[in-house]
Amino acid sequence: MILSRKNHITLMSLILIVTAFISKLGFGNTEIFLWALVIASVIGVAPIAIQAYQALRVKVVSIDVLVTIAVVGAFLIRNFEESAIVTFLFLFGAYLEQRTLNKTRSAIKELTEMAPESALKQMDNGEFEMVEVEEVDVGDILLVKTGAKVPVDGTVVTGEGHINEASITGESLPVTKKKDSKVFAGTILENGTLQIIADRVGEDTTFGKIIELVEEAQDSKSEAERFIDRFSKYYTPAVLVLSFIVWLVSRDIELAITILVLGCPGALVIGVPVSNVAGIGNGAKHGVLLKGSEVIRDFSRVDTIVFDKTGTLTIGNPKVVDHIIYSGNSDEVLSYLSSVEKESDHPLANAVVEYIGDTKTHLIEKTDVIKGGGIVAKIGGHRMVVGNVALMERENVTLNKKVREDISKMQSVGNSLVLASMDGELKVLMGIRDPIRPGVKKDLEKLKKLGVKNLVVLSGDNQETVDLVAKEIGLTEAHGHMLPYDKQDYIKELQAKGQIVAFVGDGVNDSPSLALAQIGIAMGNGTDVAIETSDVVLMNSDFGRLPHALGLAKATVNNMLQNILIAIGVVLILLVSVFFSEWMNMAIGMLVHEASILVVILNGMRLLGYKLR
Amino acid sequence: MKKATIKLETLTCPSCMQKIENGIKSIDGVDIPSINVLFNSSKVIFNFDENKASIEDAENVIAKLGYEVKKSQVKDI
Repeated sequence: MILSRKNHITLMSLILIVTAFISKLGFGNTEIFLWALVIASVIGVAPIAIQAYQALRVKVVSIDVLVTIAVVGAFLIRNFEESAIVTFLFLFGAYLEQRTLNKTRSAIKELTEMAPESALKQMDNGEFEMVEVEEVDVGDILLVKTGAKVPVDGTVVTGEGHINEASITGESLPVTKKKDSKVFAGTILENGTLQIIADRVGEDTTFGKIIELVEEAQDSKSEAERFIDRFSKYYTPAVLVLSFIVWLVSRDIELAITILVLGCPGALVIGVPVSNVAGIGNGAKHGVLLKGSEVIRDFSRVDTIVFDKTGTLTIGNPKVVDHIIYSGNSDEVLSYLSSVEKESDHPLANAVVEYIGDTKTHLIEKTDVIKGGGIVAKIGGHRMVVGNVALMERENVTLNKKVREDISKMQSVGNSLVLASMDGELKVLMGIRDPIRPGVKKDLEKLKKLGVKNLVVLSGDNQETVDLVAKEIGLTEAHGHMLPYDKQDYIKELQAKGQIVAFVGDGVNDSPSLALAQIGIAMGNGTDVAIETSDVVLMNSDFGRLPHALGLAKATVNNMLQNILIAIGVVLILLVSVFFSEWMNMAIGMLVHEASILVVILNGMRLLGYKLR
Repeated sequence: MKKATIKLETLTCPSCMQKIENGIKSIDGVDIPSINVLFNSSKVIFNFDENKASIEDAENVIAKLGYEVKKSQVKDI
């Protein structure tokens, strides 16, 4: 009752204090002055005392306890001026803290509020009825109308429309959805009408997972923070004891209660979490998911970033740009090749299949996938080997002088190669190129400016191709011929040298490296694997967000340090000045204390607007 | 054991976390190491033995400490 009226009490207390001072300074009336301050103190201390009592009942010496004792003490020595002002400042400070804290948390709150709440579900009679989203089960048919949020992850059954998937991918260009398209919870249907079948509901949806992750991240604690928590458990009782000792020694109640007020630890406890929540909130707004303050701290210290090539530095959609057929009926060879490559989901294989297009499909009798090499298949009575040069050599396919020349020519322009042989005779050579993502060069420069020393690319491609890419976009190191476990070994080697390594990959075939590196950064396009195995997720696979992510991590860590310094500095200055200066008293102490809390919150809030310059 | 998630009014004061933690600790049947008070998302999460304690116990403790319970949820684990 009294607690819920805290804001009214604060206002009344202010009016009484102003009245008191006007009557004294304006009219010289000390009677009204005293009584107004007494009333202000009594109503002001009421909510604080109640909170103090509640805290003591669960054996916590909270700030409220310190302040209540201090105010009662001031009252006893008839210093009504200070008791009134201290209670007012404490209440008003709490009010401002709440307002500003809500601001720092706003970015994440906006995200969670995008969660869908209702759905139009098909009932047994075939009609659609509005239900709470919790009542939707997997397999239900739902109707989504223009302007509505997709309530669950699902598949389109009928209808067509454009969906804005910004909440999942950060990309605001609408995506066309028709029958069999996947739709995601929390995205918005901009036009059209869809009927969808629910595949995943509630917390299992991609959006649900993102929210869970961000919610956990904003409250995850770093070691420093856990230390502060432990520290503050003993700190407030210690202040209480200190002030008691001071009173015993000096018999000066004024001094003892002033120490109580000055010792309040507010800014220290609140400083780190506000930086954390604002930093993670900024990331969430800009398509960067940072999984907690530990991640932020490690990420800010990264000096080596290792990139996977395909799908990370490049667009990940390789295309055949050149092909030479050495012998045989080209249609027949290509149709065999297409059939074999259909067995693989390797990006190069997909490029080959796409390039050859519609053709006859042959029955494959047997396939062996050679990791980091290609495929050996038995097809139509032939033994067909498809893959890179190393595989051809292993399989004793003769590569004559002309072929070798063609190979080096194609490699010199940065193409990846796919060779195909039939019964030991080379038939086809294909040059495939995966265009580099636009803007990567600039992004890498920004990373260097942020203090990253080594930018390394690891790829299964041949060294020439990788070198060419490295030179084009300004990487410091490039290593080709890397199999997945080579990549892991390489990262281990770097770590053994004491480097702090971040690995950037698409999370599909490089999850071991993502897990091994101190910081795994996934180019996520809303896939669960990427979201779960990594420490940082760049939504919508947007490489351009990487510099922002690193800059933000650094800014957040700096911000936390600033807040810790402000908090400790203020308490030290206050405690020193209480012993060595004339002007320090309880009211000024409370003012400085509350101001320091607001300063750390406002400082944390700056992170919400952080932009990489 | 069941897992409880209680959504509270917006937490602003630093010592409320400690108060709530100690309050929940005092309930018989609550798994103490599992208690987690989340400052920024204003939630408290803990596991409890449904034979000894109930979600209402926890809600009462929190209400007595002077905090409003917005929403609570119990899940099997």
